[in-house]
Amino acid sequence: MKIALLGNPNTGKSSVFNLLTGLRQQVGNFPGVTVDKRSGVVSIGEVPHELIDFPGTYSIYPRSKDESVVFDVLSNRAHSQHPDQIVFVADASNLQRNLLFFSQIYDLGIPCVLVLNMWDLAQRKGIAISMEELSNLFPNVPIVQSNARVGLGKDRILKALAELKEVSSERLSFLPGHLLCEIADVQAQKLEAEQRLKLIKEGLKKVVQTKAPDGESISRKIDRILVHPFWGYLIFAFVLLTIFQFIFSFANAPMNWIDALFSNLSNWSSHTVTPGLVNDLISQGIIPGIGGVVVFVPQIAMLFFFISILEESGYLSRVVFIMDRLMRPFGLNGKSVVPLMSSVACAIPGIMATRTISNWKERLITILVAPFMSCSARIPVYTLLISLVIPKTYLFGFLNLQGLVLFGLYSLGIIFALLVSFLLKLFIKQKEKGFLLLELPDYKNPRWGNVFINVLEKVKMFILDAGKIILAISIILWFLASFGPDMEGAAHGLSKTRSYQSMSKKEQSIAMDACKLSNSYIGMIGKGMEPIIAPLGYDWKIGISLITSFAAREVFVGSLATIYAVQDDGEDQRLLIDRMRTEKKADGSPVFTLASGVSLMVFYVFAMQCMATLAVVKRETNSWKWPLIQLVFMGVLAYVAAWTSFVVLS
Amino acid sequence: MLNTLDHIELQQAVEIVSVDHSPISSKLTEMGLVSGQVIKTLFKAPFGDPIAIELNGSVLSLRIEEAQFIEVKA
Repeated sequence: MKIALLGNPNTGKSSVFNLLTGLRQQVGNFPGVTVDKRSGVVSIGEVPHELIDFPGTYSIYPRSKDESVVFDVLSNRAHSQHPDQIVFVADASNLQRNLLFFSQIYDLGIPCVLVLNMWDLAQRKGIAISMEELSNLFPNVPIVQSNARVGLGKDRILKALAELKEVSSERLSFLPGHLLCEIADVQAQKLEAEQRLKLIKEGLKKVVQTKAPDGESISRKIDRILVHPFWGYLIFAFVLLTIFQFIFSFANAPMNWIDALFSNLSNWSSHTVTPGLVNDLISQGIIPGIGGVVVFVPQIAMLFFFISILEESGYLSRVVFIMDRLMRPFGLNGKSVVPLMSSVACAIPGIMATRTISNWKERLITILVAPFMSCSARIPVYTLLISLVIPKTYLFGFLNLQGLVLFGLYSLGIIFALLVSFLLKLFIKQKEKGFLLLELPDYKNPRWGNVFINVLEKVKMFILDAGKIILAISIILWFLASFGPDMEGAAHGLSKTRSYQSMSKKEQSIAMDACKLSNSYIGMIGKGMEPIIAPLGYDWKIGISLITSFAAREVFVGSLATIYAVQDDGEDQRLLIDRMRTEKKADGSPVFTLASGVSLMVFYVFAMQCMATLAVVKRETNSWKWPLIQLVFMGVLAYVAAWTSFVVLS
Repeated sequence: MLNTLDHIELQQAVEIVSVDHSPISSKLTEMGLVSGQVIKTLFKAPFGDPIAIELNGSVLSLRIEEAQFIEVKA
């Protein structure tokens, strides 16, 4: 049996879902659409049933593309997801608005349980509800009270479901003689809502007694500070800063452990499996590929830990409220702020966080520009190139020039994120008009159980959906870097040279790696594309690193180290920098100059050099169209910008 | 004295007279913005837009362009 969970946003619907299913839940898609379908198992009298969590909506008629799944499923009895029973969660402290949607559900004639959640909050607000009178309004509907945030009400809901009977055809509709409106007929929907609200208001007179609370509520007092024109922004900036500090300081350690774990694993497998192709595939392709997926988990988990807390507490809606006006001219929305800011840590969780944006156009634009924000993977590239080409001097005696350049690179990313969204706003067409109509719920303490489940869900989604693509691309990159038409010959040639034979074992293996990489398919592509990248000031060795760093931007540093046959011990880049300084072009001029260095940095600001981001965009937009468009426009922009800076500076 | 909601000063209780026809009028209605409903303006975001109102004990925020559709009287 299928049981649908329906209700308004901010009614504690997901708390009820977590309460009923515990950890027995999974995320998938509703058939044919990109809307997340959270479902779980509830056992009623030992028999397992599927509980499906629908998006929280204010009406059966959708506000956005994502919400239309509610209408599509409920209005069509033949739909594969059509429920046999419904659990409707209503906020006990705001019955009038919640009952509007409920009365529509009631009239569908599907057996239904009405859950009055947040019962404690209603009492604190001085609202008394007569269950008997409410039952008279909706005959034959079991009504239960719950307080899901603290785990109360599970048994009552399950009992009501177990005793639920089919709706008799004799039962009168709440709104007599009413049939569902057409989805496009907004005028008829307005009329229907007015008629229902009128009946509900009339009926509630007997149900609800409100004793107005004395004075201003705590939430109103907190709002005075949090949406204040000055303190509001300052506090938001402080909250963001704290979150980034946490992510930067605490995600690093687990990421290093994961790196170490997977490099030990591939070391172990390369010594255990019989040497040959299978060994190479496992130890250099598959294991590092999986490592490249898992390494993002600490950042994703931490970011969603904080976002869930902000969301649960009610602060996130205030952020949307104070940022909405600032983001709108760019075709974005107040809800775009957190995804974009999150992308400064990593675009992957940032793009995953765009789900809260209900308007498709605004969400798409946010996804498309998020990778312009300079993520943490660009830092190794920036710091290497800055220490290579930017002198360690002070402007006006106090402004550190290197720091200033770093700041400039970050700003460049932010400016272009906004500029490009402005352009996309003009190009992407959509009939649906964006609107806000956002509830600002009362402030609450976050429930750790909900936070934990949300983090787990996001991590699982990333590993299962985006992980596949990342793994596939890593294996392709491994293949291209490990094979070449005449790699063996070149390696053999090197081993015969006198200089090679006079090297130590360690130097030999470093030189051999460099030789193999430059003779691999990637090496050939790098050489082949030299004419294309030469106008930017790059040679084929940089070209190779550009291709390999498509796996992840920071790979650029490691690749250069391999090509220049310098030992790369991660922390200390001095050896590599010294080697890069001496690198000369055929005509004897240095490869890394101010012009080519800046050009490279600018290239990394703009280029979509991250397969994991592409995989996540594919997942979130459910097609290859948008990630490919993104790859191309970011690539073109990167090329033009890098070329311009090279020409200007040389 | 009739006025649209975007012109009402803060901390004023007003009664909704009508909601103009617009692509979002059904959505405004569904949020409880119907004629006869008493609402109170609470606060504005920096730059004056959006605004927040109290309605049946809960707080709703809407943009100025959305508030323009709502006609109210003091």
